[in-house]
Amino acid sequence: MNRYLIDRICRWLIYAVVAAVVALILIFVGFLITKGWSTVSWQFLTTTSDDGIGIRDQLFNSLYLLILTLILSCPIALGSAIALTIYGEKSRFAAVAKMAIQALSSLPSIIIGLFGFLLLVLKFKIGFSVLSGAIALTFFNLPILTQSMSLAIATVPSSRLNAGISLGVSQWHTITKVVLPEAIPGMISGVVLSAGRVFGEAAALIYTAGQSAPKLNYANWNIFDGNSFLNPLRPAETLAVHIWKLNTESIGPNAELISRGTIVVLIITIVAFNFLARQLANHWQHKIYR
Amino acid sequence: MKAKLVLGSLAVAGLLLLGACGKQAAAGNSSSSSSSTAKSAKVMAVGSTALQPLVEQAAKDFQKENSNITVNVQGGGSGTGLSQVAQGSVAIGNSDIFAEAKDGVPADKLTDHKVAVVGMAPVTNPEVGVKSVTMAQLKDIFTGKIKNWKEVGGHDEAITVINRAEGSGTRATFEAAVLDGAKAVKSQEQDSNGTVQQIVRSTPGAISYLAFSYFKSDIQPLAIDGVEPTEANVTTNKWKIWSYEHMYTQKKIDDATKKFLAYMETDQVQNGAVKKLGYISIHDMKVSKDAQNKVSEK
Amino acid sequence: MKPNPLFTRSKEIRQDNWGRWLCYISVSILLLLVVTIIYFISSKGIQTFTKNHVSVWSFLTTADWNTGSLNGKADLGALALMTTSFVTTMLAAALATPLAFVIGIYVVALQPKFGQKFVQPIIELLLGIPSVVYGFIGLTVLVPIIRRHFGGTGFGILAGALILALMILPTITSLAIESMRSVDPSYQKFAYTLGCTRWQVIYHVILRISAKKLVVAVIYGVARAFGEALAVQMVIGNTVQFATNLVSPTATLTSKLTTDIGNTIDGTLPNNALWTLALILLLISLAFNLIVKGFTKGDRSA
Repeated sequence: MNRYLIDRICRWLIYAVVAAVVALILIFVGFLITKGWSTVSWQFLTTTSDDGIGIRDQLFNSLYLLILTLILSCPIALGSAIALTIYGEKSRFAAVAKMAIQALSSLPSIIIGLFGFLLLVLKFKIGFSVLSGAIALTFFNLPILTQSMSLAIATVPSSRLNAGISLGVSQWHTITKVVLPEAIPGMISGVVLSAGRVFGEAAALIYTAGQSAPKLNYANWNIFDGNSFLNPLRPAETLAVHIWKLNTESIGPNAELISRGTIVVLIITIVAFNFLARQLANHWQHKIYR
Repeated sequence: MKAKLVLGSLAVAGLLLLGACGKQAAAGNSSSSSSSTAKSAKVMAVGSTALQPLVEQAAKDFQKENSNITVNVQGGGSGTGLSQVAQGSVAIGNSDIFAEAKDGVPADKLTDHKVAVVGMAPVTNPEVGVKSVTMAQLKDIFTGKIKNWKEVGGHDEAITVINRAEGSGTRATFEAAVLDGAKAVKSQEQDSNGTVQQIVRSTPGAISYLAFSYFKSDIQPLAIDGVEPTEANVTTNKWKIWSYEHMYTQKKIDDATKKFLAYMETDQVQNGAVKKLGYISIHDMKVSKDAQNKVSEK
Repeated sequence: MKPNPLFTRSKEIRQDNWGRWLCYISVSILLLLVVTIIYFISSKGIQTFTKNHVSVWSFLTTADWNTGSLNGKADLGALALMTTSFVTTMLAAALATPLAFVIGIYVVALQPKFGQKFVQPIIELLLGIPSVVYGFIGLTVLVPIIRRHFGGTGFGILAGALILALMILPTITSLAIESMRSVDPSYQKFAYTLGCTRWQVIYHVILRISAKKLVVAVIYGVARAFGEALAVQMVIGNTVQFATNLVSPTATLTSKLTTDIGNTIDGTLPNNALWTLALILLLISLAFNLIVKGFTKGDRSA
């Protein structure tokens, strides 16, 4: 058997496996969507559960929580990734740090939730709130976000750094002007990865962001008001928590219907977010290079 | 540019955190002294997920009439509710179980407010072909002595027992009424009513127990010794498997909490939300039960 | 008088120092967090042994779990839970890893455009689906299928591992794609110039060079699988006992932890014992990490 034949066989095998996996996922997601599609309507998206089956507040809370979490976790993850990959590439300290971070990511989310509950909600008196939830999710997200940002930075050939040094600019300058822009698409994968977990997480949020929410007032822009939609100190139920609650302890007659519809909305939101994140990344990259 | 971005976002994050802590600390102080000075107050209730839908609904209605009081209802489980109310970190701890029945809770330091009653019944997959059992048979099923449905008059199908989580109020109630001190067979354990319902519905030969409000067309509740699991039978203790839903507080409580707890016992809630959500009103009960499961006429 | 530029630090150097500090601060925050959580869990988990005087040895070597809330006497043994956690996770990783690597190769080396635009987003969709949904789909679709074809009640390690494999697939895939992409493209070009076929480049260049990073991708997948609870709890049978085969009900460390912790009282034995499970989970994950790293260090090609 010659190497060209091996090449062809392997390639076809790969195509077949990828096609099978993609088909499986599409069937799975398609199944979820067809089951819940009939529930989704404009009214479902724009009313609250007080007036019937709507999920407006949960949808907004999911997005708001996601943004807060990303604001908190991205800078720390980015800084750590630079420190661990560029500054401390070979050091023993970095190796130990990486190992500890990896072990952290195996903790069940309920442990992160309880940790957040005892520390943030009760000890620091932040209460059940969007902020507590965002901090807990940051704990939860940092390991994987740091890892994927490190990988994205490693994607940029190290010759760029050497070129920077030989031109006499600082390493920092090279990192911010050359390495990071080149790594943006890879870093977006990390953001998408952690965004997915934020959207889908329930156990950690039950103890931190809470699972019931006051009615929100979208006309109230005063961030310190209890019912303002922007207040980060109000409790917030997200889509995933809503689904969890409907499936475990809800007695309403429509629970199953709402839960199926909510899954559809959740899936669409994730697709939209991932698409937008990638577009934005490309746009940014072009802008920086120009 | 990136440096500014990083710096900026770090600063924003830091400020947010600081602001949050500072403000919350202030809020915490004011709420503790709220009864005397401030006009707005906060009540936090944490605990039982089985009781949560009721308290949540009641809190919504309550806040419509008392816009100055914010009632925040969250889950976390009965154990969490009891622990936190005992430590004084929340105002109300919701529980499905008597505080006396839990080790490590200073029950004498807490006040019990019973706000509703829940009836529970054994349920099976509809295909096992059994609609009624005796108490002795039920005990044998859950202790593992009876292993096949044909032994109690059903089809030839192995019995799959699905128990509730160790330490949960539902399990304690069921075991007190049915097992009478015997040890349950080693079996699957699940925590929530919704999950149990789903498993019983989709597993041939499954048996478990659920609150009345979770009965649906595709699961079969069992009558015990000819007594049907109905609310009327619970109120007279003819149906033995039932328990209170408790809201525990510290001995000394602030006005807002007192007001909310009083509201929970009004007819407006007891005949409204309680019935609508499938609980049994405490006003309807003709008997009462104490922490040692002794039942007495009211 | 202007200061002599030879004796002051240039703007570049100051910038460099600033940047370096920022990064070190981020790492410190991250590490502080890791240390806090580890301390928190250890201090609670260790109480089972120090305060409640359960023997460490019997905790690790027996398999009965009974906290004594019902009849007073407590038997605490985590061995069955540890075994199931380990077996289920390994099985899930064994199922998901080859698929993830194949998809990674496809996206990075075969059809990057189509791969990045369609295949990768489709895989990433799996991440955002809440675990409770996986659980219910597993319960209503997967468990009956297993029951029909493999016997038993359908609940067990097989169902748990299949669901987990699906859940960790996107994590491993995403990290594998980034790992393979970090191989310097000039190496691939050299290889093509030497007359290598596409498969030879993939196998001898891309996979070889990124091997170490791919291992880390798998470690993250395994970590995720260790920690997942809600979905596994619904399909694994949640019974504390050794599994006799892949379709007999059993329970993992996390499923036990998640089912019970809401019903326990802070500071009592049942609660402490559950924190001990979390501690064990952390230690297993750390040990696994070390072992895998040890293996790859010996491999020269990695």
